[in-house]
Amino acid sequence: MTMAEKILAAHARGVHEVKPGDLLEVEVDMLLANDITGPMAIEEFWKIGVDRVFDPERVALVPDHFVPNKDIKSAEQAKRLREFAQQQGIVHYFEVGEAGIEHALLPEKGLALPGEVIIGADSHTCTYGALGAFATGVGSTDLAAAMATGWVWFKVPPSIKITYRGRPREWVTGKDLILYTIGAIGVDGALYSALEFGGEAISRLSMDSRMTMANMAIEAGAKVGLMVPDEKTLQYLEGRAQRSYQVYRPDEDAHYAAEYEYDAGSIELQVAYPHLPSNTRGISEVEDIPIDQVVIGSCTNGRLEDLRLAAAILEGRKVARGVRAIIIPATWEVYRKALDEGLLRIFLDAGAVVSPPTCGPCLGGYMGVLAAGERAVSTTNRNFVGRMGHRDSEVYLAGPSVAAASAVTGRISAPEEVVG
Amino acid sequence: MKIAGKAWKFGNDVDTDAIIPARYLNTFKPEELAQHLMEDIDPDFAGKVGDGDIIVAGKNFGCGSSREHAPVAIKGAGISCVIAESFARIFYRNAINIGLPIIESAEAAQGIQPGDRVEVDLTRGLVRNVSRGEDYPVTPYPEFMQRIMDAGGLIAYVAREVGRNANRGLAPR
Ligand code: SF4
Repeated sequence: MTMAEKILAAHARGVHEVKPGDLLEVEVDMLLANDITGPMAIEEFWKIGVDRVFDPERVALVPDHFVPNKDIKSAEQAKRLREFAQQQGIVHYFEVGEAGIEHALLPEKGLALPGEVIIGADSHTCTYGALGAFATGVGSTDLAAAMATGWVWFKVPPSIKITYRGRPREWVTGKDLILYTIGAIGVDGALYSALEFGGEAISRLSMDSRMTMANMAIEAGAKVGLMVPDEKTLQYLEGRAQRSYQVYRPDEDAHYAAEYEYDAGSIELQVAYPHLPSNTRGISEVEDIPIDQVVIGSCTNGRLEDLRLAAAILEGRKVARGVRAIIIPATWEVYRKALDEGLLRIFLDAGAVVSPPTCGPCLGGYMGVLAAGERAVSTTNRNFVGRMGHRDSEVYLAGPSVAAASAVTGRISAPEEVVG
Repeated sequence: MKIAGKAWKFGNDVDTDAIIPARYLNTFKPEELAQHLMEDIDPDFAGKVGDGDIIVAGKNFGCGSSREHAPVAIKGAGISCVIAESFARIFYRNAINIGLPIIESAEAAQGIQPGDRVEVDLTRGLVRNVSRGEDYPVTPYPEFMQRIMDAGGLIAYVAREVGRNANRGLAPR
């Protein structure tokens, strides 16, 4: 069995072997909802006829999309989430001031662990695949049902294996590998499938970078984006893991619906043009594109490694005149460490603005919404029409080094242009 | 359940931000969401669609976020069915869960043209293009999805299961 199949088999009721296409009732280890999907799930939850969630320790509720509340309606939604958390005694509810973007927060808090089945009412729940968890996004109704029962329906997905050989180039991070991959296989290249990432280049990546990659598995249509836990994974979990866990590895003879192999050493920094994440180009093929805004943050690239890379470029330099640079540490812990390391001062001295943790502009909510005709370079994961604001605005996706370099030059730029 | 309406056609990879832009996600009321349906593709769409109309699209319809607000907005606008070459996974689940009929059929998605009158018979699994006199083959729902649809959506299905387990003195888990 593949890794996805093994984890599902271990959680399914009444079976020990599974194959793609099987329909399973699967017990979940962790459930997640946010301030947008949570209120809808709560509304549905009450229709089921139970009065308690199946386990208040296994439900995480994270207000992050529109908090600190962006308007009155958002405040009402956040309030609904908070009140439900109080009433149900939800242990893992994170208020503004301790919270952060859900998919950066849960791994950091040790709530997403190898071998677990995790569902979240948010498509980027697949981020935890970097830790070896079968983690996937569902809708609010699915989540409501699972909050009541502790189980969810799954159809076993076919697995696709992607191997990255070699050593990534300088500045290249998980963001570039995954953008390159989505560019190669397309936004439906892994539709209904489980991706399994591996190879030497993956072992070399930091946990932050691995989470960036798993995060964007959904952008290729995948159900999950898994990585086999290694030493780095276990080290990351030390002192964090809040439950015991089990590591699953694919069998030697596991069957994959497709296998791809890339030479990481030949992948350069990537930029995804509007309006699809698959619309990618190597940085050397990017034309002269002036920009109005840079966003560095989100569940994709708002972690410490990303801020360090941005700071390496912005240190002692200035954001170009006429460009707004918005930097959003993904969680309280990232924010705090960036403060301790002096990164925030570098950003402020460069003329960037630093926001508290929030999804904010990533989904065109607030804190950096684009006007008609404006163009942004963003480290987020989606560049659909209107994603960051007006339908006539444009988002170019990139990693933190390209975003920071572009902030300095005022047009899409490679880091070498700035740091020499 | 019989469905009949006028077809509105969209392309490939229609994402959930296009179906309902995130800036309107500060509510989950179907009628409020419906006012902004497909706004960034066609600002007048919500005003134009009629009750019972059908959305027809290409590959990977509903890709992007997990927001259930997308099928809810579609249903709220009175759309009776979505026909596409393929659907994004989460959108597919969500639509079934909230009782929005969706049909995966490349032939229908390609054959139906804007404005065509289309009839759908869900029980018999039939899509008929009345304007062109064509019938299209349809991939039937997997059996468990059929059960959920029969119960009237996932919540009703689970409510029934939970009730049954309670009667047997079993906890849901
Ligand atoms: S940062 Fe963006 S992609 Fe990530 S959870 Fe928030 S809105 Fe979604």
